[in-house]
Amino acid sequence: MKLSLEVNKTLHELDVPPNTLLVDLLRVNLALTGTHVGCDTSQCGACTVLLNNRAVKSCSVLAAQIEDCKITTIEGIGTADDLHPMQVAFRECHALQCGFCTPGMIMQAIDLVENTPNLDKRGIREGLEGNICRCTGYHNIVRAVASVAGAVD
Amino acid sequence: MQLFNYHKPTSLDEASSLYRMAEDPIYLGGGMTLIPTMKQRLASPTDVIDLSGIDQMRGVVVSRKSVSIGALTCHNEIANNAEIQSTLPVLSSLAKLIGDNQVRNRGTLGGSIANSDPAADYPASVVALGATIYTQDRTISGDVFFQALFETALEPGEIITRVEFQVPTRAVYQKFPNPASRYAVVGVLVADFAGEIRVGVTGAGPCAFRARDMEAVLNRALDPDGLQELGLSEVEFNSDLHASGEYRAHLLHVLVRRAIVELVALD
Repeated sequence: MKLSLEVNKTLHELDVPPNTLLVDLLRVNLALTGTHVGCDTSQCGACTVLLNNRAVKSCSVLAAQIEDCKITTIEGIGTADDLHPMQVAFRECHALQCGFCTPGMIMQAIDLVENTPNLDKRGIREGLEGNICRCTGYHNIVRAVASVAGAVD
Repeated sequence: MQLFNYHKPTSLDEASSLYRMAEDPIYLGGGMTLIPTMKQRLASPTDVIDLSGIDQMRGVVVSRKSVSIGALTCHNEIANNAEIQSTLPVLSSLAKLIGDNQVRNRGTLGGSIANSDPAADYPASVVALGATIYTQDRTISGDVFFQALFETALEPGEIITRVEFQVPTRAVYQKFPNPASRYAVVGVLVADFAGEIRVGVTGAGPCAFRARDMEAVLNRALDPDGLQELGLSEVEFNSDLHASGEYRAHLLHVLVRRAIVELVALD
């Protein structure tokens, strides 16, 4: 089926089978491999991207569902020379170890900070429930998000 | 995931007609259950009919006595809608406990209710808050909507368009979430309608139900100690790797007790 959608501010016209998942469209059709597939069962959040500025798990969304929508992936928020403030905070706070969960974690964190009024550290911990990290133990991740949100304990 | 035909109708009539013409169709709401189910090949429909283009199924109408919510409304919209927060705060706080943020951004009220997952949160509110389920051409009382495990009163092809909840004097939702999935091991919604208590239960049995024996006791006196006289065997409690039936039966009492304590403190 023919689809048109905007990914990282670029309009794409694609022709994909109806059972294509958004994450496969991003990784295979558009070669945007920054979005990771972790569990592939909508538990881990590694595949989180922004759909019209809200975090979704792209392994559980059909490409067909998002005709004419706006998608933002980790590739769309900053460059190596001009990182997004959330990426800077993750680097400053050492909020990653292996880095596999990091793209999803950052996209989720951006949704939280942009869409949650009066975000505190508890709100950050609850807000990150859909993202699983198996290395760092979350503490530094919460610190990084809190530093961007200006959140206190 | 097996290949299927994808349709995105813009009206209820078009959706119904697509459903009638297809060999093995299924409706798609937010897809938070259906898509993982299809990926596991537990469902392999020939036709997926995406309801998200039907504007008639959107919108929130709040009055003093009721809150009517379009079936396509996602959990985060219900959690964050200022009118729902002020008129029916128990529903906003319940919605905030569903799954995780990403799921709440996609999953819909109608999809959750139509699925009748025994551990979903909304069903407790449907039975406790005297809800009415609106479909294309009829209304169904929340009291008779959930019939069995993943079974509802919906006929094949029938679509939930909106759900109307009655506004109680006060209400509390208490949930013991599975720590991994956030599904309710048991969840109870205790509502007080000007002195009449209703207790909606999810997670405990094959589908959501009202704990009528508890309601009878609490309507005599709103005192959790009164529940001690009740046995634990009102329904056939679910027993699985998360909790035994006996554990759930006990949990139901604990959560109703907590809900009453919180309810009385609300005023």
